[in-house]
Amino acid sequence: MTNHWVDIKNADLIVVMGGNAAEAHPCGFKWVIEAKKDRKAKLVVVDPRFTRSAAVADYYAPIRAGADIAFLGGVVNYLLSNDKIHHDYVKSYSNASFLMNPDFKFEDGLFSGYNSEKRNYDKATWSYQLDKDGFVKVDETLQDPNCAFQLLKKHYSRYTPDLVSKVTGTPKDQFLKVCEYIAETAAPDKTMTICYALGWTQHSVGSQNIRTMAIIQTLLGNMGMAGGGIYALRGHANVQGITDMCLYSEVLPGYMSAPTDADVDRKTYLEKRTPKALRPNQMNFPQNFPKWNTSLMKAWYGNAATDKNDFCYDWLPKKDAAYDVLAIFERMHQGKINGFVCQGFNPLAAVSNKKKVGDALAKLKFLVVIDPLATDTSEFWKNHGEFNEVDASKIPTEVFRLPADCFAEDTGSFTNSGRVIQWHWKAADGPGESKGDIEIIGTLFQKLKAMYAKDGGKLPEPIMNLAWPHRIPTKPSAAELLMEISGKALGDVLDPKDKTKVLAKAGEQVAGFAQLRDDGSTSCGNWIYSGCWSQAGNLTARRDNSDPSGLGQTLMWGFAWPANRRILYNRASCDLSGKPWDSKRTVIRWTGTAWAGNDIPDMRPDAAPEEIVMPFIMNPEGVARLFAPGMADGPFPEHYEPFETPLDKNPFSPNNPKALNNPAARVYKGDMEVFGKAKDFPYVATTYRLVEHFHYWSKHVRLNAILQPEQFVEIGEELAKEKGIANGDRVKVRSNRGFIKAVAVVTKRIPTLMVDGKKVQTVGIPIHWGFKGVAKAGFITNTLTPFVGDANSQPPEFKAFLVNIEKA
Amino acid sequence: MQVSRRQFFKICGAGMSGSSIALMGFSPTSALAEVRSYKLAHATETRNMCPYCSVSCGVLIYTTGDKSKNAKADIIHIEGDPDNPVNRGTLCPKGAGLLDMVKSPNRLKFPEVREPGSNEWKRISWDDALPRIAKHMKADRDANFIEKNADGVTVNRWNSFGFLASSACNNETGYITHKVLRSLGAVAFDTQARI
Repeated sequence: MTNHWVDIKNADLIVVMGGNAAEAHPCGFKWVIEAKKDRKAKLVVVDPRFTRSAAVADYYAPIRAGADIAFLGGVVNYLLSNDKIHHDYVKSYSNASFLMNPDFKFEDGLFSGYNSEKRNYDKATWSYQLDKDGFVKVDETLQDPNCAFQLLKKHYSRYTPDLVSKVTGTPKDQFLKVCEYIAETAAPDKTMTICYALGWTQHSVGSQNIRTMAIIQTLLGNMGMAGGGIYALRGHANVQGITDMCLYSEVLPGYMSAPTDADVDRKTYLEKRTPKALRPNQMNFPQNFPKWNTSLMKAWYGNAATDKNDFCYDWLPKKDAAYDVLAIFERMHQGKINGFVCQGFNPLAAVSNKKKVGDALAKLKFLVVIDPLATDTSEFWKNHGEFNEVDASKIPTEVFRLPADCFAEDTGSFTNSGRVIQWHWKAADGPGESKGDIEIIGTLFQKLKAMYAKDGGKLPEPIMNLAWPHRIPTKPSAAELLMEISGKALGDVLDPKDKTKVLAKAGEQVAGFAQLRDDGSTSCGNWIYSGCWSQAGNLTARRDNSDPSGLGQTLMWGFAWPANRRILYNRASCDLSGKPWDSKRTVIRWTGTAWAGNDIPDMRPDAAPEEIVMPFIMNPEGVARLFAPGMADGPFPEHYEPFETPLDKNPFSPNNPKALNNPAARVYKGDMEVFGKAKDFPYVATTYRLVEHFHYWSKHVRLNAILQPEQFVEIGEELAKEKGIANGDRVKVRSNRGFIKAVAVVTKRIPTLMVDGKKVQTVGIPIHWGFKGVAKAGFITNTLTPFVGDANSQPPEFKAFLVNIEKA
Repeated sequence: MQVSRRQFFKICGAGMSGSSIALMGFSPTSALAEVRSYKLAHATETRNMCPYCSVSCGVLIYTTGDKSKNAKADIIHIEGDPDNPVNRGTLCPKGAGLLDMVKSPNRLKFPEVREPGSNEWKRISWDDALPRIAKHMKADRDANFIEKNADGVTVNRWNSFGFLASSACNNETGYITHKVLRSLGAVAFDTQARI
């Protein structure tokens, strides 16, 4: 998230949409309650279900699952047509004035450049007009028909309240009421915070759901403000940290794009990833990419990495295809993967279409499960009756199960959703022979290394030369590793402005990423974490919770990446002259000589306002993008129906069947064929979480199993009556991929919606059960879900698909 | 940071119970022996964090023993950390059950293997398990490692092996896992965070 948990208390309006923080993040949600109590802030909830977040809201509006862009696009239209935007902010801090390629088009639900065979776009026309110096041309009057502002206006003029209501099922008056709440925060001294979670990400349009809200927050001038920003309420305690360490193939630690086959050498690789500023005077922070990358290679390959061998560039594997979790299971299903490790991940339960995942696992030669608990995945081969109908004798996979320590038995750091890295300490040993995860990986690696040393094999060099400066090679300590992540000087690091000044002596921990170099004189395992373990020690272990500003910044508690900054883009909390938009919530300000205040400035400290250095320093433009050329499925978010939809056409482009679902979403052969149709599966299903449970984990926990022992599904009263289902009846819920059986909870919480002239009913399906646990055995909910993900980042579409329901 | 509260509780506990008993008219000296001391007074307190959602609430874990070499620490209580600026000592219904998570009967206690086609687990030692896994990995890597693609470009990847990483492990585990995977040439890896 751009801000942090406690900062929610500074908001004037909190919108919870695509999430249910009261139940999924209760201790963070109390800052919403604090804002309501102390600031008289308002809470607005938009959700297919009347959730517990809705129960304490000032205003609730229902929405059909999978129609968020229609709703939010309608909000954009409302703000623009009622002139409820923060003009100075939009003009200066967004790309509103930037001129686009005149060949860019949007017609009949598709953007220019679409290739229907490949299901992707050639994005050549989604580009800026550049002048002879390579800078983007602008029209400061915002009148040019090709400027981003006019294109935005035109695109969302189609999102009229009537059409929005027709698509979302939200009654028009309720939609407009939500618009009014949001529009009030266009005032420079009013802010809105938006809290979303998997309810926005787990869609085939997931990234664009969030993009639409980013457009809204930019139009309202809420980014960079205390009490503003966008809150991604994430999953596990360290889901943020593991994302930052980039345990996925597209990127190296610190979100550095990983090399592909096209990057034939290091020079090509670096050039493509080191952008030039698109406007004069901008910081264009990614221009430092070679420093971060070289420092990473030094952390990984130590003395073996030199400028003479391109810092071991050849040893980095080059990516030839997508390897996200859906792509991996598709490959496994095709028999292209032989060995597989699940470390604290239960994919049989957590990934779409359980049947396909189970069939894929059965094609492996070996599977290794490293976990504190006996997961469902570890027993995918075992018959658990109708919960897991398999024949073990026909499954040739060799399965290892290794006991790992859990949080209480481990020392190290977690990074919360607000990017605050916090250290924790081991309290006791784990049960039996369990070992820490670092020791398991460390020992396994040492075994492999010894085998390559003894017997040789394919390309042993990267294994033999991997820097491993650990006192106990099989058991590296968390402290050693965090120091490596934070980075150190290998030679003296000199001040570029005054070469007589030494910023960090050889051997010292660096103070932050500003000290990283691209000549091999520094090492750093993750540049965004740089400085978290400086010469001053482990800053993630700091426990001074003092809050002199009263804003809840607690700058001496742990360490927030980057650079201990608590609110990203905080330069945008001030006007062009450096004066805060709201002096009562000063994050930073220009003092006359420097940026300073209650946070670490997200700006070069001596960048005087007259230099016009814009706040969004990670973009080469220096500003926020209303028009975003980098997205896979369009520079403006467009409403597309989920891949399983109750509608037979997209009401926004009713004449184009290609624009029914996200045209750029990847669908594998065999998966398209098992998408269900509304005539067989007439009800919209959406999966969700309960306050008493956490994913597929707490079903192993007695207290939580007592609180919510048995699997259930939730349906509205009207559907229950129609199907003759009473509260407490056992029901069977089917999709085109399988079925689950559960107890029916008949409730007023799920309303019937009128969509495109017909009634749409929703079935709510909590996810927490499986065949392993101390709770009552149940069906894996993802038996039902479709195997398709978001076009940009591939989280599966768990939040909107089709089912049928009947009495069991 | 593993602050023992023992002395603190000894002083406060004895002082408070002593004085309130004295107020009720008992003689402190005779009554003291009968006051049951607060269990956590003899526990060691360790600062940790709830592993569930991304609020990452601070927790205090209480263990028996004082961390001396012969004492086997056993976790007896977990509660919210009142110093933590985010959760300020609170825990939700998930976090309130943490002790039962640590003590779950479904915790794995030793390495096991399920042989191909078998219907049961077999207990093995770490010294059996890790070399067997390493052998499988090396055999597959050596058989399927791709040094150059069809265009003759050096690609050095091993994509017949996959890995899914936890989002509940600490940053240091994530970092070293990533470092090891890339050194092997792995590209087919992803994290729970994707979903």
